[in-house]
Amino acid sequence: MIKRRKFFEAWFKALGLSALALAVGTLVLLFGALLIDGIGRLDWQFLTSFPSRHASQAGILPAVVGSTLVMLVTACVGIPIGVAAAIYLEEYARRTWLTELIEVTVTNLAGVPSIIFGLLALGLFVYMLGLGSSILTAGLTLALLILPVVIVTTREAIRAIPVQIREAAFALGATRWQTVADHVLPYSASGILTGIILALSRAIGETAPIVTVGALTFIAFLPPSPMTDQPPYLSFEWLMSPFTVMPIQMFAWVSRPGEDFAANAAAAGLLLVGMTLAMNGLAIYVRYRMRKRVSW
Amino acid sequence: MALPVDSAYTDSAGRGDWPKPLKAETCELSFYYGTRLVLKRVSVPIAECNITALIGPSGCGKSTFLRCFNRMHDLYPGTRYEGAIVLYPDSRNILDRGVDPIEVRMRLAMVFQKPNPFPKSVYENVAYGLRVRGIRDRRVIDEKVEQALRSAALWEEVKDRLSALGTSLSGGQQQRLCIARALATDPELLLLDEPTSALDPIATASIEELLQDLKRRVTILIVTHNMQQAARISDWTAFMYLGELVEFGPTKRLFTTPAKKQTEDYITGRFG
Ligand SMILES: Nc1ncnc2c1ncn2[C@@H]1O[C@H](COP(=O)(O)OP(=O)(O)OP(=O)(O)O)[C@@H](O)[C@H]1O
Ligand SMILES: [Mg+2]
Repeated sequence: MIKRRKFFEAWFKALGLSALALAVGTLVLLFGALLIDGIGRLDWQFLTSFPSRHASQAGILPAVVGSTLVMLVTACVGIPIGVAAAIYLEEYARRTWLTELIEVTVTNLAGVPSIIFGLLALGLFVYMLGLGSSILTAGLTLALLILPVVIVTTREAIRAIPVQIREAAFALGATRWQTVADHVLPYSASGILTGIILALSRAIGETAPIVTVGALTFIAFLPPSPMTDQPPYLSFEWLMSPFTVMPIQMFAWVSRPGEDFAANAAAAGLLLVGMTLAMNGLAIYVRYRMRKRVSW
Repeated sequence: MALPVDSAYTDSAGRGDWPKPLKAETCELSFYYGTRLVLKRVSVPIAECNITALIGPSGCGKSTFLRCFNRMHDLYPGTRYEGAIVLYPDSRNILDRGVDPIEVRMRLAMVFQKPNPFPKSVYENVAYGLRVRGIRDRRVIDEKVEQALRSAALWEEVKDRLSALGTSLSGGQQQRLCIARALATDPELLLLDEPTSALDPIATASIEELLQDLKRRVTILIVTHNMQQAARISDWTAFMYLGELVEFGPTKRLFTTPAKKQTEDYITGRFG
């Protein structure tokens, strides 16, 4: 009897181990292949050039700038709205059927395929609001996409604060807002920040919704600079500019015949993976640093 | 407002035991969690600059009673008060509809069963109540913080590390920090919910001593599980059972010649 159980145990261990090896192995293999193909192309020229018909002269500059600006819009719109919504749901809203419904909807939205968000954005931002296929449209689309993730992770971070801490603040005469601003937000900041970084790192690799709202695949200019030499020195023209982003640039190169463009695609992929990993690393670091400071 | 004091008072030992002057008084206070009645028409006087202890078996409603005083239940939906809690000298019923719970909490202070310092510096922990009250003057805050920490017998231990995290102190120190935090705003009434139940005998003794010291300035209402503690430190004792006030009286008398059989059974350890 015991022997049989032991056998089962060993068997299960082997199964689990091989599953793990398969998963990690595939990942390492993929990343390795990308590295071998792309690392040679990843130089200064590549980072600072525009796309070209000649693979060796092509570069990723407009895509990097495009991705950065789109992320900027996404962050500026998605984060405040998401965090505010989470605070409202956790700290202010009374439990009614309406809040329950909102809660379920938000959780489910996090699982909706991203192309659906693209379709929604196409109808809403591009046609109804007439924003066109612009950086603004793409940023807003991705903001919608990360909104549920930001809300869910923020709520979880807020919920981790013990009720006793809240009651201590209230007992001293603090208002709800004072409790949120002085205690809830500072103590959950590491969790919220982690969620935001992970959401953005997901958004930066999104392709489907960006294609849907009409990003270009070949672009030989940069959006207008946000800084001007005339007062008020700030310009928001770039918001309405056409654009491309890194995953789309990569896809454009992949779909071209020829070894050379494949190398370009690999290099772009490498950059994208590198950025995502860097953001994840940052998230882990933030969590680690701030966790040490806040405990109860 | 006519207070139904006479009818509710259950002490058989007569009027002579009635405390005076009063800092607060509950009049037929009932409390519901949803539809569940947890406090049943409880009337207890709280004597000024005295320690009033609340004893009773687990689940009889002591914490619920205490938390009515600073309207803590208002934070949660579905709770309901009936009756009155009158605060003197202004004879105001703090359960009145027109009274803002925050206004009430500004006048009282509470120390919880489990030490719950904020994960902020020792200094900020004590200063928080002042900040909430809009005090910005650095010198005033410095002074109040030191004063409160001295009153809580913690100053000597933390004066060199006011910027250390409040959560890094020992359990007993944390609880004294919470007492300091409560005292910094000069409350009229200090509510303590089993403040020593998480502490060792030495820390407990130091807090009991502290309360004796404090009662010269502050009125204290303390919930305790520990009858010896109630007998040691309090001037008045209320015994509650299943949400009802069984007996109220001077601590000495209540523990030596209880008027009710139930009280006697409880204090002699026959139940509870
Ligand atoms: N949030 C709540 N919702 C519903 N019922 C509650 C709630 N909190 C407490 N109760 C009930 O109210 C009654 C009184 O609880 P309370 O916490 O006041 O007891 P207590 O005398 O403080 O007990 P203990 O000595 O164990 O702390 C208990 O029966 C408890 O189950
Ligand atoms: Mg209790």
